[in-house]
Amino acid sequence: MTAAPAVEDLLRALTPQVLSTLVRRHGQFEGCEDAVQEAALAATVQWPAQGVPDNPRGWLTTVASRRLIDQMRSDHARREREATTATEVVPEEVPDTDDTLVLLFLCCHPTLTAASQIALTLRAVGGLTTAEIARAFLVPQATMAARISRAKQRIKAAGSSFALPDGAEHEERLRAVLHVLYLIFNEGYTASSGSALHRADLAREAIRLARMVHAQLPEDGEVTGLLALMLLTHARRTARTTAAGDLVPLDEQDRTRWDRELIDEGLELVKVSLAGPALGPYQLQAAIAATHADAATAQETNWPQVHALYLILERIAPNPMVTLNRAIALAEIQGPSAGLALLSVLDSDERMAGHHRLLSVRAHLLEKAGDAAGAYELYRRAAKSTASLAEQRYLQSRAGRVRPTA
Amino acid sequence: MKFLISMHINPDVLDALTDEEKAAIGDGHGAFIEALKSSGELITTQALVDPSQAAVVSVRGGRPVVTDGPFLESKEYLGGFYLIDCENKERAIELATRIPDTAIEGLGVEVRQVMFADGQLEA
Repeated sequence: MTAAPAVEDLLRALTPQVLSTLVRRHGQFEGCEDAVQEAALAATVQWPAQGVPDNPRGWLTTVASRRLIDQMRSDHARREREATTATEVVPEEVPDTDDTLVLLFLCCHPTLTAASQIALTLRAVGGLTTAEIARAFLVPQATMAARISRAKQRIKAAGSSFALPDGAEHEERLRAVLHVLYLIFNEGYTASSGSALHRADLAREAIRLARMVHAQLPEDGEVTGLLALMLLTHARRTARTTAAGDLVPLDEQDRTRWDRELIDEGLELVKVSLAGPALGPYQLQAAIAATHADAATAQETNWPQVHALYLILERIAPNPMVTLNRAIALAEIQGPSAGLALLSVLDSDERMAGHHRLLSVRAHLLEKAGDAAGAYELYRRAAKSTASLAEQRYLQSRAGRVRPTA
Repeated sequence: MKFLISMHINPDVLDALTDEEKAAIGDGHGAFIEALKSSGELITTQALVDPSQAAVVSVRGGRPVVTDGPFLESKEYLGGFYLIDCENKERAIELATRIPDTAIEGLGVEVRQVMFADGQLEA
C-alpha cells in the first residue's frame, strides 16, 4: 500500500459508513459499492499528498455520490435530473448515523456461500481492496473479483432491502455475521499454508470488526463472547510457534510471551458476558480460553472447570470436535484411559473417522498411557492426514520421540 | 481450500474416440471453465502436450542425461490439470464430476488438496 497507515486506518473505518449512507439513499448495493471503492482509491492517492480534508467522511460521500451519479447517468441517459441530484450532495448533509451493522448483515446474506460472505464482508465492511483479500486467501485477484461480483449479483437477485431484519431473522442473521467473523479470524489464526504475515492481518481485521459489532450490540452475550474468545486466542499468537515456524502445543508454550493486555481485556469481557442471562457457544469457548489464560503454568490449569465447560458446550452445541476436546480434559482429571474411552464414541462419526485431530489426540493419550508403539503408529497416520505442513512437522517430531527401539 | 484436479489420459483411448466425441470433450471443458470462472473458483488450468513429446532429465555424476519420452512406463499419463479454490473437498469432488473425461472409460480424474504453494498464482 502506498497510503500512509493513518490514512489507511481512516479509510477502513469510514468506507463502510459511506457505503451504508449511499445504499440507504440510492438502493442498488452493487453500484454503490463500486462507487465507494473508487472514492476510497481517489483518497489513497490524494490525501497523503494534499492532506486529509476537514470532513473526510463528507468528502468520501460526495466523491462516491458523484461517481455513482456519473454511472447512473451513463446507464440511463437521464442527464438533467441526475445532474441536479449531484449538485445537491454537499458534505454538510451527511447524516451522522452509522449503518455499518446493517451493511454487515447484508454481506452475510443467507443466499451466499461462506466464502462469498467472507469476501464481501472484508471488502464492503473491512474496506480491504480485492487485491488485499485475494492475497490473504492466496488466490489470484481475478478469482476473488469474480467471487465478489457474483456475491453482489446474488444479493441483488435476492431483492434484499437495506434494513436490519427483525425478530427471529435478526437473531439468525446475527449468528451468520458472528460465524463469518469467526471464520475470518480462524483463517488468520491457523495459518494452514502460505505466508503467515497476511494471515495475521486477517485475524486483526476480524478482531476490529468484532469490536465494531460489540460497540453496537454491547448487550449481546454471544457478541461479547466472540470478541473475548478472539482476544484470548490472539494473545497466545507469538508463543504458538517457534522461530522456525514449528507448532508449540498449549502445555509447552512460554506463558510469559502471551499478550497480557489482550488477556486482561478478554478476561474482563468473559466476566461481563457470563453474568448475562443466556449462555451460547462463543461465551463457553471464551470461558474455556479464559480458564487456560488464568493458569500461570499448564500444570495449574483448572481442568475440572475446563471439562465442565466442555460438557455444557457439548449439550447446547453438540459437535464431535467438542467431544474430542472434552476427552483431553477428561484425561487430565481421570487419566488417559478415561479419555481414550470417550474417544471411542467418535469412531462411528463419519465426520471424524480418520480425521487427523482424532488420530493425534488418540496418539497423545496412548503416549501418556505408555503405549509407545501405538502412539508412534497413530502420530504417523495423523501426520499423513493433515494438509498443514506445520502440523505435519509437529506430528512427525512427536512420532520420532516415541519411536519404539526395534 | 485449494485443490488440484489432475486428468490422467490414455493416448490410445483418446485416439479411438470419434471426432464428435472429441468435440464434445472440448466443449465440455469450455463450459466447465466458464462455470468455474463465474463462480470465482478457477485459479488456473493447463493442458500438457502428448506424453511422446516429453523428456526425462536426470543428472548423473555431474552430467545431465536426457532421454526422450515420458518417465512412467504406463498406459495413462498426466494430460493436464485444473487448480481450483473452493469451499471443501465435497465441492471439489462435485466439480470434478462435471469434467467430461469422467464419463469415458480409460481416462482418470483425480482430486487432491494443495498443501503448499509459492510463486505467481496468475497463470
